[in-house]
Amino acid sequence: MRAATPSRGIGAAEVILGLSVGILVVVVAVPVLIIFFNAFWVNGQFNLADTLKALREPDTYRALLNSLFIASGVTVMSTIIGTFFAWLVTRTDLPFKPAMRVLFLVPFMLPSFIGALAWKMLLSPRAGYINRFLMDVVGLDGPVFDIYTFTGIMAVETMYLFPFVFIQVCGALERMDPTLEESARISGASLFTITRKITIPLVRPSILSGALLIMLYSMAHFGTVAVLGIEAGIFNIPTLIYEKIHQSAGSFNSIRTGTVLATVLVITAALIMFIQNKVLSRGRYQIIAGKSFRPVETKLRALRMPMLVFCIAYIGFTIVLPTVTIFMVGGLKTYGLPFTAENLTLANYRYILFDWKMTRDAIWNSVTLGLAAALITMFAGVMISYVIVKMKVRGKGLLEFLGMLPFSVPGSVIALGVMLAWSGKFGINIYNTVWIILVAYIARYMAFSLKANSAALEQVHDSLVEAARASGAGMGQALRDIVLPLVRPGMFAAFFLIFLPALRELTVSVLLYGPTTRKIGVAIYTLNEDGETVYSAALAGIALLIIVTAQTLIGRFTRARTMT
Amino acid sequence: MSYVRLVNVTKRFGAVTAVDHLNIEIERGECFSMLGPSGCGKTTTLRMVAGFEDLDDGEIHVGERLLSSRARTFYLPPEKRGFGMVFQAFAVWPHLSVYENVAFPLRVRKLGATEIDRRTREALDHTGLLSVAKKSPEDLSGGGKQRVALARALAINPDVMLLDEPLSSLDPHLREEMRFEIKDLQRQFGFSIIYVTHDQAEAMALSDRILVMNLGVVQQVDTPLNVYQNPANRFVFGFIGLSSFLDVSIHGDAVRVRGEGGEPAVQIIAPAALKAAGRAVLASRPSEIDFVAEGGVRGVVKRCAYLGEVIDYRIDVGGQEVRVQKNRRAPGPSEREACGLVFVRPHWYSHDS
Amino acid sequence: MARVELQKIRKSYGDSTVLRDLSLTVNDGECFTLLGPSGCGKTVLLRLIAGFEKPDAGVIRIGERVVSDAAASVSAAPNERDLGVVFQDYAVWPHMTVFDNIAYPLKLAKVADTALRARVMETVGQVNLRGLEDRMPSQLSGGQQQRVALARALVAKPSLLLLDEPLCNLDAGLREEMRFEIKEIQKNLGITIFYVTHDQEIALAISDRMAIMDEQGIIRQIGAPDEIFEQPADEFVFRFMGVANFLTVHRQPGGGWVTGGGQRFPWEPDGDASAWLAGFRPSDVRLGRNGEGLRCRVKRASFLGAMMDYLIEVDGAQFRTQIETHAALAQGLMFGESDACTATFHSVHWFKAGEIPEGSR
Repeated sequence: MRAATPSRGIGAAEVILGLSVGILVVVVAVPVLIIFFNAFWVNGQFNLADTLKALREPDTYRALLNSLFIASGVTVMSTIIGTFFAWLVTRTDLPFKPAMRVLFLVPFMLPSFIGALAWKMLLSPRAGYINRFLMDVVGLDGPVFDIYTFTGIMAVETMYLFPFVFIQVCGALERMDPTLEESARISGASLFTITRKITIPLVRPSILSGALLIMLYSMAHFGTVAVLGIEAGIFNIPTLIYEKIHQSAGSFNSIRTGTVLATVLVITAALIMFIQNKVLSRGRYQIIAGKSFRPVETKLRALRMPMLVFCIAYIGFTIVLPTVTIFMVGGLKTYGLPFTAENLTLANYRYILFDWKMTRDAIWNSVTLGLAAALITMFAGVMISYVIVKMKVRGKGLLEFLGMLPFSVPGSVIALGVMLAWSGKFGINIYNTVWIILVAYIARYMAFSLKANSAALEQVHDSLVEAARASGAGMGQALRDIVLPLVRPGMFAAFFLIFLPALRELTVSVLLYGPTTRKIGVAIYTLNEDGETVYSAALAGIALLIIVTAQTLIGRFTRARTMT
Repeated sequence: MSYVRLVNVTKRFGAVTAVDHLNIEIERGECFSMLGPSGCGKTTTLRMVAGFEDLDDGEIHVGERLLSSRARTFYLPPEKRGFGMVFQAFAVWPHLSVYENVAFPLRVRKLGATEIDRRTREALDHTGLLSVAKKSPEDLSGGGKQRVALARALAINPDVMLLDEPLSSLDPHLREEMRFEIKDLQRQFGFSIIYVTHDQAEAMALSDRILVMNLGVVQQVDTPLNVYQNPANRFVFGFIGLSSFLDVSIHGDAVRVRGEGGEPAVQIIAPAALKAAGRAVLASRPSEIDFVAEGGVRGVVKRCAYLGEVIDYRIDVGGQEVRVQKNRRAPGPSEREACGLVFVRPHWYSHDS
Repeated sequence: MARVELQKIRKSYGDSTVLRDLSLTVNDGECFTLLGPSGCGKTVLLRLIAGFEKPDAGVIRIGERVVSDAAASVSAAPNERDLGVVFQDYAVWPHMTVFDNIAYPLKLAKVADTALRARVMETVGQVNLRGLEDRMPSQLSGGQQQRVALARALVAKPSLLLLDEPLCNLDAGLREEMRFEIKEIQKNLGITIFYVTHDQEIALAISDRMAIMDEQGIIRQIGAPDEIFEQPADEFVFRFMGVANFLTVHRQPGGGWVTGGGQRFPWEPDGDASAWLAGFRPSDVRLGRNGEGLRCRVKRASFLGAMMDYLIEVDGAQFRTQIETHAALAQGLMFGESDACTATFHSVHWFKAGEIPEGSR
């Protein structure tokens, strides 16, 4: 059914359209385009030579190679772990499956750079607690594991990224029509053959979808490589951009190099998305089930308990251990002291929360920026989604494209673009203020808001509005009484989808922060850089508490307000 | 001895008995349908025969082989039972070509390459799929996918085919065509069919014998014609074809319509067995009721709908509604007219059946 | 209670003209069905009457009022047309209870609380939803949601009720029940109904009058159900209304008509052509074992319960017919495959040869 054309004609519809285009162009298009311009235009002239020169610098292509190498390693390991756990939780008789399913999603809640911090404290070659313990107590000669390596970086990223694959594969396995496997059974195939020839190929699209998400994320990720890589001279593109700009305090040349690097990153990201589209369009099968018979279950027999122990140990190792470490180190009087009662105190926490202006501001900035970004993006998203989904106007495709653009543009690139665009170029200078970070967040997260709101709006069939019109309601009343209540869940979803990531993110704010506009992530990171490990850990602990509390409250809130 | 034997087969889900001491005997080459409303236990029974569910009591035999037995704690898994099975949603694998779908059961049995090719081609030929062997099943229509499922089940030349509502996802035109194809294949290959459906017209048209089931209990097992002509109880009568029911009270020889008054209908004689109860249900097919101007069971035409080939009447008889259908060439009374009904072939059931 | 008048309605989308010069009148208190294949434009017409879209040309009158006049740029908004609409997907608002759904039109009309409550409960009773007023739509079955939609459309006592294929998502048994109920309500309230569907069974069952529309949006015939079925205006209507059988018949040089195989055909068309198509329904055929009529052979025989269904072959052509099982048993007409039989016809419609492919169903 087609959307009802508003009887107002020129007026409200055109205004909304204009506003939507305006917002997206200013907030999203300008920063991205300016990157490209800056990379290829020098002094008003198209200059490819300089660009190529910057590309050929050893730093640059090594960073690109590192990015690809790390991302690939992380993707492969995450895919294996994620698929394995997904299979365990949906297709075997593992005990406590519902609980395990939730437990495997916990790594999502831990920002990976905080995890990196914890692992640095545990496994740095000289001072890491595990290494020290094994050297002192067990008498090993050298560190059993040096975290400042490619392997270390990949391992840490994998720990906190595998849920991407896990969720996708779990969903696919659970929704899959069980008769697809039953027909293989009745044809004479053993369970092993079925898994190999039928089940895995059918969930391959989901596996790939999760894997490519991880690839994209890892390539654009700042935190883990920054914490663990800089010591060993391992740079990926986001960290290299940061390093160049930070070291030169924002010199023209460094920004240019930054934009070239950013361009490389965007092109690589676009290529990855293109490949994902190609692969998925080929392999998308309709395998959703109708009837409710349960799928085949493999009996683990003797392995049942060992597998359970393994899963719990994995969670314990990757979640509990780092979290405990963070809190314990945060309670130390001085870093390096052994963990005895007299060396532990709550003083650091008190200091950070109440006394130190820098950290208090950081917490405050994070929360307010998160709320502001989420609110603004939520409302803008509803309006723009309405235009895209419901209105019959020309130029909708452009809106859709602009809205989804930031999805594939890495955080560093948006930060850089925003920096270039709004540091005086167009008469607006908000550099070093909170506003620039806010603008960057709106650009970054608009795509999430559009997705959530579009999904909700698409559920509101035109006939629901038409039924209201036929009942006697004018267009505005129909929007108020029918559309708005039904879209509210989508708006809330958008809000939460943005608030939490905005609260804890580092990649964007690390490039845009000024002396008074630090966020929690930046503060944790800079404290660590400056060697204030204990304070860094304490702040990280507080950040974790805030995140977990926020997540739990949100979970309860959405569950209470769930309407079908 | 019958070929497929279910002896006292029982299945419970928690407190609910889905299948209650079922006894079935199916001959070689017979097309046997299990018919009933959803939740009656027919699909559960089929799944027990296939081996996807284990039984809580009883035994299942095919030929000389024992498949499941609770008493002897024996259970043969589905992959060892050698049935051909066709599922409702086709369950055709989208990532394999039509050829590979059909060849799958042969490959699993590790037959030689030439043998696999020969038998796959034969199955494809019989279902008219040779021309699309290389295609993906996703490119085929619903009917095409169903043929792939059939070919795959036929490839191993099974003795027994299990069909679980195979035609209900197809549109009506195609359903009839596929029904004939299945029957033709059965004639050619000579396998037995156990067919599960909730569509009684389909079961009637296809089967040698029908089992009507409700709430896990067998209601009647007989040829389609007999099930239609002589339904064992009120449920079967109501489930097969259109029906009209009339609650009557019996006083000696007088049969009276229950409800608002109602004159005794002198032409209807109740069977002796029900006279003692004083109450009964008179059941009739709407097409087996005639109109008379005088006499008969008196009523008033409540609604009269012209449906094209037939005219559908709702007659108010003493507050109850009787449905009558007449061919358009033999029209009856108009709306609000009084009329009399004669039941050509009444069936009698006790009032609490 | 209103009469609906459509005059020379035209509607195009881009390059394709869906409706051209369409004129139609629905009488006051009548149940009128617009019947046609999917995509023919019948839903478009309903939406024009409702006001969700505007015609490019033509006038629409509901009762005394002109609600749409393209030439004069008059177009009343849907909420000003005093009608009820029931949509194909019910369009019941998922975030409101059954009561609130039904009450909405009255709330908009600012009806006082007590009157509102009374009226809503009355309508709830009319559609047999008593006891479910406080449920949410997600807790209702398809049939119940359909009744909510119907109640909502009726509660404000509109003069016209528009129904857009409301029953196609229900299963066969429920469909029969619901179409019966719609007819009952219409009779009781005397409301004018404009019903759109592709299902000829429903159309035949509920209509006082119906119009058949073809794929081009042209109306082929308007009339009462039995008129349409017994006296189809052309071959499109004949084919659309049910199973249609055809036999080609040729003029013999000496007079009389024969089938393709040379058998004498007892009916005579009226016209000059040398070949005609005889069209007939399954119930127009009378089968026999051996006697008068065309010599045929049974190609397929299916027992369908109440009916025996036969596919009969005669001189290379095929047709379908059915006999009530008890009649077949009584008269010895239970044929099996390949049995020989004879066929005579109660009546036949004539169509020009070449218009319809030979032997089509």
